[in-house]
Amino acid sequence: MSGVPFLLPVDWWALGAVIALSGGAMALLLLEFLPHGPESNRAALVSLVTLLAAGASVFVVRDSRRALFDGMFVHDGITVFFTFLFCAIGILSVLLSWDYVKRTRINRTEYYALLLSSTLGMVIMAGSNDLITVFLGLELMSLALYVLVGFRRSHLESNEASLKYFLLGAFASGFLLYGIALLYGATGTTNLQKMTAVMSDSPMLENPLFVVGALLLVVGLGFKVSAVPFHMWTPDAYEGAPTSVTAFMSAGAKAAGFAALVRVGLSTLGAVRTDWVPVLSAIAILTMTVGNVTALLQNNVKRMLAYSSIAHAGYVLVAIVAGGRDGASAALFYLAVYSLMNLGAFGILTLLGRGTEERVLVSDLAGLGFRHPGLGIAMTVFMLALGGIPPTAGFMAKVYVFGVALKAGLVPLVIIGVLNSVVSVFYYLRITVAMYMEEPQAEPTHVSWAVPGALAVLAAVALTLWWGVQAHALLDQAQRSVLGGM
Amino acid sequence: MREYLPVLVFAAVAVLFAVSTIGVSTIIVPRRSSARKMAPYECGVEPVGDARQRFEIKFYLVAVLFILFDIEAVFLYPWAVAFRQLGLYGLVEMGLFILVLVVGYLYLLFKRAFDWN
Repeated sequence: MSGVPFLLPVDWWALGAVIALSGGAMALLLLEFLPHGPESNRAALVSLVTLLAAGASVFVVRDSRRALFDGMFVHDGITVFFTFLFCAIGILSVLLSWDYVKRTRINRTEYYALLLSSTLGMVIMAGSNDLITVFLGLELMSLALYVLVGFRRSHLESNEASLKYFLLGAFASGFLLYGIALLYGATGTTNLQKMTAVMSDSPMLENPLFVVGALLLVVGLGFKVSAVPFHMWTPDAYEGAPTSVTAFMSAGAKAAGFAALVRVGLSTLGAVRTDWVPVLSAIAILTMTVGNVTALLQNNVKRMLAYSSIAHAGYVLVAIVAGGRDGASAALFYLAVYSLMNLGAFGILTLLGRGTEERVLVSDLAGLGFRHPGLGIAMTVFMLALGGIPPTAGFMAKVYVFGVALKAGLVPLVIIGVLNSVVSVFYYLRITVAMYMEEPQAEPTHVSWAVPGALAVLAAVALTLWWGVQAHALLDQAQRSVLGGM
Repeated sequence: MREYLPVLVFAAVAVLFAVSTIGVSTIIVPRRSSARKMAPYECGVEPVGDARQRFEIKFYLVAVLFILFDIEAVFLYPWAVAFRQLGLYGLVEMGLFILVLVVGYLYLLFKRAFDWN
């Protein structure tokens, strides 16, 4: 170690997003103590600038590939793809929060500082090439989210959601950590590449340490992406959280969990594919089916979308089961599209209601389509996209995932997936029906229009339709990211 | 698995020691109990009330803050030991690490987290 040069042997640009996000979060904490008016929304502005800077710094080095910190963090195609995605999710979330957070009287500085920290955790997860770094990113993301979920402090359900999410999340982290420990015991390394090398030398499946460790790893990450049977926290946490946080976590936390799964799947577990395919297939089938069937019974749109997000995790799992580079790029594509649709759908919910009031029941949407045509059309687009109906991006995403699965010979999985999509159309359309064909029973829902929030929804609508028509642009990007990934 | 044998032996000795100490004392100790002897031991001070009562949230805050800055010390020690080998690289790294903590510290200071009242 004596020959370490002064300037760290690190490509600073490759860490640009990480540095920008951590700097922005810290700056926000100190910013609160400079004088400002009660209506000032500069915390939102600072986080917007930070996220834009993070995205721009990745753009500069989008084609460079390197490993940093002894291979604990890699800057490759997958990292770049997900960092862009997380910055986009962050930007849309900030826009959606802009007015919502002000209206619901949430402490803005802390809210945005935690939002940036959580995004930072996601970026670290995407770039981690070592199980220790995966854990670091996961905890940074989750700890910030536990607090964000409980931010509606005067609401009991928000407190409950936060506590439940925290306790179950800590439990899942324990599983993950134990899995990492066992994998380390079996292979003598936590580095994913080295682990793959060790496994190709010796048949690791003989080793119970490895098998149990890999299973525990799947449990820990399965919790974060809310795969059945580790999904119990999802509806409560999504329902209790401030709606803008629900939007952020339903897109970001899920994509981050899958980023880690994709990386592990491409390297370590990919080497023992034949043996983990049955386990993951079972989880995928359960996740799709339980998510969709339970969503049918919900009257609260937030809860319904929570179950729908569980179901979507199932579709992504199908892509992961299919494995290989095709599977990974289909998963990347699906995650990008899913994030957009979900941010849009939850984004519309953030506009509903006056002050701290929440109007998120299906009956609250009654007649909305005629009183606010723009909102109605946008919601319809998101519902069609989530249900996987052309010409939206949601349709193309499902086509790619099931196409890849068919090529991998997973016919039963595809059949169950398609059946599930059909079921899901029913509850997505129920929202559209409520908006256009029902009369409000009580006082019609007030829409708190705000320019930033409306802009975010508009952007989501535009991209959902654009990627539905021009899917190959995004798919090319996903495929190139995965190719440059290893 | 052979390298784990000493750990197993150590664990066995530890369990044996604990069980035998408690076991022997249960068997041979004379029992003459009185109300005073059965009272919980509070460093020789007369017990005041039940231990199961509500604590002020401030204590938890102090505990959390303590852990936060305690962990800083945990990382500073190995750095101090390897200071010469790490050289300027280590100094810069630790400076960054402490900077992050200082931001948190300033936030707490401004938030008056350290004011007891």
